[in-house]
Amino acid sequence: MTGPSLPKADPVIEARGLTLTFQTGDGPVHALSDVNLTIDKGEFVSFIGPSGCGKTTLLRVIADLEQATGGVALVNGMTPEAARRARAYGYVFQAAGLYPWRTIAGNVRLPLEIMGYARADMDARVARTLDLVDLTGFERKFPWQLSGGMQQRASIARALAFDADILLMDEPFGALDEIVRDHLNEALLKLWARTEKTIGFVTHSIPEAVYLSTKIVVMSPRPGRIIDVIESDLPKDRPLDIRETPEFLALAHRVRMGLRAGHSYD
Amino acid sequence: MIARARAGAGARPLALGLLALLLAGLALGDARGGFGLSGWLWTLGAWGCAWGCVAGLAALNPRGALLHRAQRVGAAVIFGATLLFLWQAITVGAQVPTVLLPPPSMIAERFAGSLPILWADFVQTFVRAALFGYVVGCGAAVLAALAIDRSPFLQAGLLPVGNLVAALPIIGIAPIMVMWFGFDWHSKAAVVIVMVFFPMLVNTLEGLKAAERMQIDLMRTYAADYRQTLLKLRLPAAAPFLFNGLKICSTLALIGAIVAEFFGTPTVGMGFRISTEVGRMNVDMVWAEITVAALAGSAFYGLISVAERLLTFWHPSQRR
Amino acid sequence: MGALGPVACVLLAILAIWYGAAMGLNMAWERDQAARAKTSPTLVEMLGATMAQARPVLPAPHQVAVEIWQTTVQKKITSKRSLVHHAWITLSATLLGFGMGTVLGIALAVGIVHSRAMDMSVMPWIITSQTIPILAIAPMIIVVLNAVGVSGLLPKALISTYLAFFPVAVGMVKGLRSPDAMQLDQMRTWSATGAQMLWKLRWPSSIPYLFASLKVGVAAALVGAIVGELPTGAVAGLGARLLAGSYYGQTVQIWSALIAAAVLAGTLVGLVGLANRIVLRRMGMAR
Repeated sequence: MTGPSLPKADPVIEARGLTLTFQTGDGPVHALSDVNLTIDKGEFVSFIGPSGCGKTTLLRVIADLEQATGGVALVNGMTPEAARRARAYGYVFQAAGLYPWRTIAGNVRLPLEIMGYARADMDARVARTLDLVDLTGFERKFPWQLSGGMQQRASIARALAFDADILLMDEPFGALDEIVRDHLNEALLKLWARTEKTIGFVTHSIPEAVYLSTKIVVMSPRPGRIIDVIESDLPKDRPLDIRETPEFLALAHRVRMGLRAGHSYD
Repeated sequence: MIARARAGAGARPLALGLLALLLAGLALGDARGGFGLSGWLWTLGAWGCAWGCVAGLAALNPRGALLHRAQRVGAAVIFGATLLFLWQAITVGAQVPTVLLPPPSMIAERFAGSLPILWADFVQTFVRAALFGYVVGCGAAVLAALAIDRSPFLQAGLLPVGNLVAALPIIGIAPIMVMWFGFDWHSKAAVVIVMVFFPMLVNTLEGLKAAERMQIDLMRTYAADYRQTLLKLRLPAAAPFLFNGLKICSTLALIGAIVAEFFGTPTVGMGFRISTEVGRMNVDMVWAEITVAALAGSAFYGLISVAERLLTFWHPSQRR
Repeated sequence: MGALGPVACVLLAILAIWYGAAMGLNMAWERDQAARAKTSPTLVEMLGATMAQARPVLPAPHQVAVEIWQTTVQKKITSKRSLVHHAWITLSATLLGFGMGTVLGIALAVGIVHSRAMDMSVMPWIITSQTIPILAIAPMIIVVLNAVGVSGLLPKALISTYLAFFPVAVGMVKGLRSPDAMQLDQMRTWSATGAQMLWKLRWPSSIPYLFASLKVGVAAALVGAIVGELPTGAVAGLGARLLAGSYYGQTVQIWSALIAAAVLAGTLVGLVGLANRIVLRRMGMAR
C-alpha cells in the first residue's frame, strides 16, 4: 500500500429500503421487502434465489421497467428513470429477442440507431462487439439461422454496442444446455475483464452464480428479501476447473445454506 | 442406381398423363356430334388417367425447392385442366343448352371478340372503383388504427364494434351511396371504402398488439420514444397481420365494386354488363366478364402475396 | 363492466354522429322547401323538420326505429309487409347455405389433410375459387336455375354455400393440421388408424379453428342470401326490400332493411360465439 488510500467512490447501484408491493385479486404480493444493497464499479454481482424471490423484480426496478412502491433506488447517483433516459445500462433478457426481420448486424445496430450514433461509428461498434462475442462472419445471417446460444451471444453484443457502464442480465443462459452454458460463462468472464463494466446477473444456478461473481446476493420469497450477501474471494482469473476446488465448494455451500435459511427448499 | 429409380417413379404419372391427353382428344372429337357411349367412356377414362397422373405426381419426392415448386404447380395445373376438359366435354357432348352453361370454347370466342367492351368495363369497375376504394379504405383504416392505438379506451370500445361491423352485409349500403354520390364510379368506390375499412382496421389493431412484451421493454431500456418504437418494432411486427387484412380486402374490394353496380350505374362497368346480359340471356358474355373478374382478382391477390413474401420473409409461415 | 363502458361510449358517440349527420345532410332540402314556400322558419324549426322528412337523404335514428317497429311488431308475421317475414326468408336461405357450406368445407378439409394429391391439386383451386366474384354472378345463377325449374330457396342457398365453404375449408385445414408432431408420433406408437387419429386427435384440436371459421362463414352466407335476392325483381327477403326501397326512393325502408340485416348478422355471429364458448367449456379448453 503506498500513500493514503483513495476515498471510496460512490456506488454505481444503490438500494435503500426498497419495497415493491403488487395489488392482485388474491391480496397484496410483497415482491420486494426492504431491500438494501450497494454495488460498486467493476463488480460482478449475481442474484440468486427460487422463483418469486424478487431477483428479477429487483433488476427491473433498477432498469426502470418497474416502479418501486417504497424506498430508494439510485443508479449512478440518479433515479432509475433518469439513468434509463441517460442510457446508463444495457439489458439482456431471458430470451434473445432478436428481430427476425433484421440481420445480426442490423439487430446489434438497433440501439445505436435509436440513440442517434453516426453511421461510421455504428459500423465500427457493430464490428467490435460481434468480435467480442465471437460472432464475426455472421453479420448478414438472420436470427433463425443461428442456434440458441449464438442468438443469445448476439443479444449480449447488442447490449454492449453502446457506451453504458452497466450491464443487467436476467437469466440470459437459462434456456441453454449445460455445455453451451459453460462456454458462455467463460466468454462472459473474459468479456467482463476486457470491458470492465459493472454487471448485475440474475440466475437460479448456484454453480453459475459462484463461478461468475465477485459478490453473490442470496434472496428468498414471500416476502422478496435479501438473506445473505457473500463476497467471493476467488481469483479474478478463473478457469472452469475452479468449480471443483474446495474454495468454490465452500462458497456454493454458503449459498445453499442461505437458500435453506430463506426456506427456498420448502 | 438412385437416378434410375427416380426416373422410374416419374414414368408412371407421365404415362398416365399422356394417356389422359389421348383419351381427352378422343372424347372432344366425339363430343361434336353429341356423345355416344364411346364418348362417355373416353371422358371417364381421361378423367381417371388424369387423376392417376396427379396422384402419382403427388407421391414423388423431388429434391430441391425448384422441383418441389414444379410438383405443386404441376398438380394444380393438371387438376385445373381436367376440370376445364370435363366442362367442355360434358357441355358439348351431353348437349347442355348453352343458356344453362356455355362450353369454355364458346366463352373464349366471345372473350376474344369483345375485348374493347371488356376492357372498358374493367377500367370502370376495377381500376376506378375497386382499386381507388381499396387504397383509400385500407389507408384510412391503418391511419385510424394508429390513432386509436394511442388510446386504450378507444381500443376497448372500437374493437368489438369494429368486429361486428366487419361481419355485416355492408353491400346493403350500395343504394344509399348511389343516392349520396350519384350513379358513377364514386358511389361504388364509397361502398368499397366502407367494405374494406373495418376488416383492415381490425387486422391492423391486432397487428399492433403483436410485438412481444419483452421487445417493448427492450425499447424502453433504450429510452426510445413512441415514434421510434412504432417504426422500428411495432410496424414490422404488425406486417403479417397487415398483409392478412390486405389479402382479405382485395377480394372484398372487387366483389363490392361489382355488386354495387347492381344498384344503379352508367352504361359501363362489370356489374352493369353482367346484370344486363343476364337479362338478355347472353350467358357467354356473362362468363367472359366473370373470366375477366377472376383473372383480375387472382392477379391482384397474387401481387399482394408476392409483396407479402418480400416484406415478411422472416415470418415462420413464409419460411417453409 | 369494464368492457361494456368503452363500447357503450362508442355506441353513444355513433348515435350522436348519426343525428348530427342526418341534420346536416337533410338541411339542404329543408332550405329548398322554405324558399319555395317563401317562409322563413327558425333554425330550431328547421332542425326539427330534418328529423321528420318523408324521403330524407339520411333518416334520423328514431325514424328508422319507428319504421322497424311498425313493420315488425305491428304487422302480422305472415303479412308481405312484415320485416320479420322478409327476415325469415333471408334467414332460411342463409341457414341452408351455411349448413351445406360447412359440410362441404369440412369434407374438403378432411380430404386435403389426408391425401397429398388433393392437397397439391385441389387446395390452390379452392383459394382461386374466391377470386371468382360469385356475388357478381349470383343474378345469373338464380336466373339460370329458375329456367331449369330450381327456384325458391335452393338457388340462394347455393350462393350462400359457395361463400361459406371457403372459410370453413381453409380454417379446418389449419385446424386438422394443428396437432404438433409429438402428438402425431404418439398416435403412431399406438398403431392408430387414420380414422382414429382423425376422430381422437385432429378433430378435437380443430374445434377452435372451426368456430372461428363458422363466424366468418355465417356472415358470408348471409351476404350471399341477400345478394341472391337482388335479381329478377325478387319480392321477398331483406335483399328484395333493399332493392325495392332503392327503386322507389324509400330511404327509411332501405335503412330499416339494412338495420334488420345487421341485427340478423350480429345475432348469427353471436350465436356461433355462444356455441363456441359452450363447446370449449365442455371440452375443457376454455381459456
